[in-house]
Amino acid sequence: MNEFTSSIGQPNAVSIGFFLAFVLATLVITYYAAQRSKTASQFYAAGRSVTGLQNGIALAGDYMSAASFLGIAGLVSLKGYDGLIYSIGFLVGWPIIMFLIAEPLRNLGKYTFADVVAYRLKQKPIRIAASCGSLMTVAFYLIAQMVGSGSLVKLMFGLPYEAAVVVVGVIMIAYVLFGGMLATTWVQIIKAVLLLGGASIVVFMVLARFDYNPVNLFDAAVLKYGDKVLEPGGLVSNPWDALSLGIALMFGTAGLPHILMRFYTVPDAKAARKSVLYATGLISYFYILTFIIGFGAMVLVGQDVIIGFDKGGNMAAPLLAEVTGGIMFLGFIAAVAFATILAVVAGLTLAGATTFSHDLYANVFRTGRSTEENEVKMAKRATVALGILAIGLGIAFKGQNVAFMVGLAFAIAASANFPALLLSIMWKRFSTVGATASIAVGAVLAVGLIIISPTVWVDVLGNAQAIFPWKNPALISLPAAFAAGWLGSVLVPDEGAEARYENQRVRNYLGVGAE
Amino acid sequence: MPTVSINSLDHEKFQDLVRRKRIVSVILSTLMLAIYFGFILVLAFRKDLLAVKVGEHLTLGVPVGLAVIISACVLTGVYVTWANSAYDDAVTRIVGNMKEK
Repeated sequence: MNEFTSSIGQPNAVSIGFFLAFVLATLVITYYAAQRSKTASQFYAAGRSVTGLQNGIALAGDYMSAASFLGIAGLVSLKGYDGLIYSIGFLVGWPIIMFLIAEPLRNLGKYTFADVVAYRLKQKPIRIAASCGSLMTVAFYLIAQMVGSGSLVKLMFGLPYEAAVVVVGVIMIAYVLFGGMLATTWVQIIKAVLLLGGASIVVFMVLARFDYNPVNLFDAAVLKYGDKVLEPGGLVSNPWDALSLGIALMFGTAGLPHILMRFYTVPDAKAARKSVLYATGLISYFYILTFIIGFGAMVLVGQDVIIGFDKGGNMAAPLLAEVTGGIMFLGFIAAVAFATILAVVAGLTLAGATTFSHDLYANVFRTGRSTEENEVKMAKRATVALGILAIGLGIAFKGQNVAFMVGLAFAIAASANFPALLLSIMWKRFSTVGATASIAVGAVLAVGLIIISPTVWVDVLGNAQAIFPWKNPALISLPAAFAAGWLGSVLVPDEGAEARYENQRVRNYLGVGAE
Repeated sequence: MPTVSINSLDHEKFQDLVRRKRIVSVILSTLMLAIYFGFILVLAFRKDLLAVKVGEHLTLGVPVGLAVIISACVLTGVYVTWANSAYDDAVTRIVGNMKEK
């Protein structure tokens, strides 16, 4: 193959143009949404006016981060089949949400998943605990995204890292502050359509070179790099680590605050159900696309070139776009990647601000004495504070290897958030002490074990040998959280909570009294 | 305006509804867990099975991986089909009775 010089790394008028168009369109939407983001129901939940289909697209958008698109395509391009293993892991949590979480969540809660955990338990301790789990998940995920945005923009456009982080931060604050959940929903929808559309076009153009038969593409990859690209490789060598990762991905999905919060934007449980169906379908399609994109990049761009731009392979998809569609297409895909980051961080910031104002401020500090108006005001202040914090942290962590933070976010979501949520919905004898213990144990173990694991203890802190052998703690922290929930409930029962269980069941299954 | 009263809830029908939903949820969840963790365990302990060739170069792993993805969609679809028909009908009947009294 000839010497391939790419435009990646220089300011690209096309991509900046596309990106500005996206920002402009979304800011216009934010302006219109601002008129409809005054009440708590509007700011947190878009007035519950989002349809099942819209929410399904928004959920998929919220979930398909730049890390998935660039990262997984990159992983597939360098490692082949192993990338699919990650993709599958990211997908299978959604059926679990459908079968166990979506409808109860919508029926029992108002704006956050802490509403559900605290439904029949003592408000204050549960709110505090659930908020901690929620904020920790959001924080780590957000730092990883902000650092990713800075690196991505620097890599693609050669613009300074700090400037990129500030631009992303400021725009995201604008979306959330002025447009609340309504604006962020539409930002997600637009971005999801662009991402799926763009990726589909890339796949179409790749397959066109292989007689529209993916098997020909795979054959070409094997001829170029050997049998190993279609065989499972080193990603799941340690069976326990593999199980642990699988658990974190599957159940962590069902504990991500910014995902769970979207379920309150639809009018009822039936619409919530529909959302998950559409989201699952779209995300499945997405991961099939990234698999083909990865192989396309492997064959048409070449692993040397990909690694030359970024060791992690993150430039595989944009390079493929450039090879198949020239600089225009590269510009489009680059803009889409940037928009993707922007949309996800907006969703995370809104989730954090909501947790802060609804769970902590309204229900703990002001114990139901605050007015709705105050709560929304607080949410907006929290948005700005969180946004500034996110920018600061993004700059502070410049150059750090923060990839482990996404894994950590999932591990915390799987261990601290999910067990308590599930037990609260399904188990009559779940008590306040049980819930607090479950969240605490899950969070402490998830964070603690990751710190002494190879990803942090060795790779980040530079020690020789890790104390905890696996990269992912979920195999330990999730069961421990369930055990703590059981033990705490058995040792310190909560009779009031048990008595309220029947009412909860009526509301859960029939939707009677749902907000 | 007729209020929905929990006192007029038909407990027997409600318990029946709850039981059926639990069974469906548990069965589908178990299936998804079995499929996914089955896949993971094969990867961990017998990854050679997935490296078996099914074409000139294509390995078994690719269609198997695709099948796992499709199974997630199918199971989700099964649930929605059941929930939108049998379950919702039952809910409407039970809540309807609650409103009448």
